[in-house]
Amino acid sequence: MRAFLGRLGALLTGDPRADRVVPPSGAAAWLTLLSAGAMAFLAVFALALSLATGRLAERWAGALSQGATVRISAPAEQMAAQTRLVLDILAVTPGVGSARALDTAETRALLAPWFGPDLPVDSLPIPQLIEVTETGDGFDAEGLKLRLSAEAPGATLDDHQRWRRPLVAAAERLRSLGFLSLGLIGGAMAAMVTLAAQAALAANGQVIRTLRLVGARDIYIARAFVRRFTLRALAGAAAGTLAGMIAVALLPAADEAGGFLTGLGFAGTGWLWPLAIPPFAAIVAFWATRAAALRTLREVQ
Amino acid sequence: MIEFQNVAHGYGGSPLLSGMTLTLAPGSFHFLTGPSGAGKSTFLKLCYGELTPVAGRISAFGQDRAEMSRDDVARLRRRIGVVHQDCQFLDHLPLEENVALPLTVAGRAADATELKELLSWVGLSGQVRSLPPSLSGGERQRAALARAVIMSPEMLLADEPTGNLDWEMSLRLLTLLVELNRMGTAILVATHDLNLIRAAKAQVAARVLRIKGGQVQMAGAEL
Ligand SMILES: Nc1ncnc2c1ncn2[C@@H]1O[C@H](COP(=O)(O)OP(=O)(O)OP(=O)(O)O)[C@@H](O)[C@H]1O
Ligand SMILES: [Mg+2]
Repeated sequence: MRAFLGRLGALLTGDPRADRVVPPSGAAAWLTLLSAGAMAFLAVFALALSLATGRLAERWAGALSQGATVRISAPAEQMAAQTRLVLDILAVTPGVGSARALDTAETRALLAPWFGPDLPVDSLPIPQLIEVTETGDGFDAEGLKLRLSAEAPGATLDDHQRWRRPLVAAAERLRSLGFLSLGLIGGAMAAMVTLAAQAALAANGQVIRTLRLVGARDIYIARAFVRRFTLRALAGAAAGTLAGMIAVALLPAADEAGGFLTGLGFAGTGWLWPLAIPPFAAIVAFWATRAAALRTLREVQ
Repeated sequence: MIEFQNVAHGYGGSPLLSGMTLTLAPGSFHFLTGPSGAGKSTFLKLCYGELTPVAGRISAFGQDRAEMSRDDVARLRRRIGVVHQDCQFLDHLPLEENVALPLTVAGRAADATELKELLSWVGLSGQVRSLPPSLSGGERQRAALARAVIMSPEMLLADEPTGNLDWEMSLRLLTLLVELNRMGTAILVATHDLNLIRAAKAQVAARVLRIKGGQVQMAGAEL
């Protein structure tokens, strides 16, 4: 890797005399610049999609992990018995990770925002709350509700967060699709650069033969092409990335409602991720051109 | 320096040259003659590694051609200067950069004074900034000669270097070759021009190889 970076560095600083031995490559050069720019622009969006859906999945999964609550409203003298009963039922329900009855202090803390801190919890018919966390696949909410209503009539299952479960799965799927798109964009760019490099190499057959005849090593000739295409890809991708980032920054802000589409974008250090696109494009172009050049050179004695 | 042992070559299976055994020694001066299509250019290409023999062994500077890597061939070409029959140049670079090309590809910079001297030696001082397509055939051949000697090669191969030159210019070029040979460069010139060979023999101990019936023979004194 260090050797490779060293080579890349030497390539970028370059030797202007060595550069001149290959004539300017017109259309192929523009094709590389343009396709690298377009691919980088798309890559920014794929990256934004992956990161945003990742954040969304995390947030929703976080809400899910707060789990469900069972609320028990019963006359004071039955409260303890029903609580124990519900805890016993929950203990044997598949998919329930843990169940815990909140104590008075916690209940007071929960209600404080609505009723103020001085609420006389002990003297009011405040329901007992039981916090339920789920294991991976969750529990069968309908079954649990039926069982609770049969055995502990005062207990109600409150599972208002559970509707998010399929959304988390969808967000995670979207994130994988985003990463897959990034891979496809990288592959398509490698293919484009290879084609452009091959066109340039074919157009310069005479130049390559002449260079070989005067004693140029393969690597010298290859480097002249590789340098050109690597720099083009780097410049094109830098422009495309910049344009993509500006476009993402100009998307409507995520604050109102927090819907999915309005959340598309980068957050905080997430803005650093797209900066990896231009160097990545340069590396792809480097290897694609190098392979094409060495392949072409093998046919010249 | 370059040794052929029972070397044969042909294109696409049909034999062209066969049974060639000879040595091109350091400091020697050879002419190579034979009718058009006899295989003179082919012989030179075998010498500088553009072609590999179909049979037999060629060794250059002690290294077997069959064992040379592509980089070895590149290095060989820095020790052998070649004036190609079709004088290939990089058409987008001016003459002086074309002449300095062997140095450039070897990662060295041309000495400006030396380059100027070399160009005036071949009579091209006025064309240094010209692009190759705008040069006359004779100017191209002289430029090719300058390019072939810029690395001070140990051996110079010239394929019809006087093909486009008038007699006066041919003699000038011959003088350049003789001068190089006196400084120690081995020289092999492929040519049809018997007058040129006669003129050379008056100046150096040149030997004549003739391709006849697919064989390379040492020509007698009749030339
Ligand atoms: N690449 C090639 N493929 C097939 N045949 C070839 C190739 N190069 C040369 N030949 C054939 O080999 C024969 C010898 O060619 P070569 O160029 O060596 O001749 P030459 O002696 O240099 O001729 P001239 O004096 O015209 O330059 C010719 O018949 C030519 O057609
Ligand atoms: Mg010939």
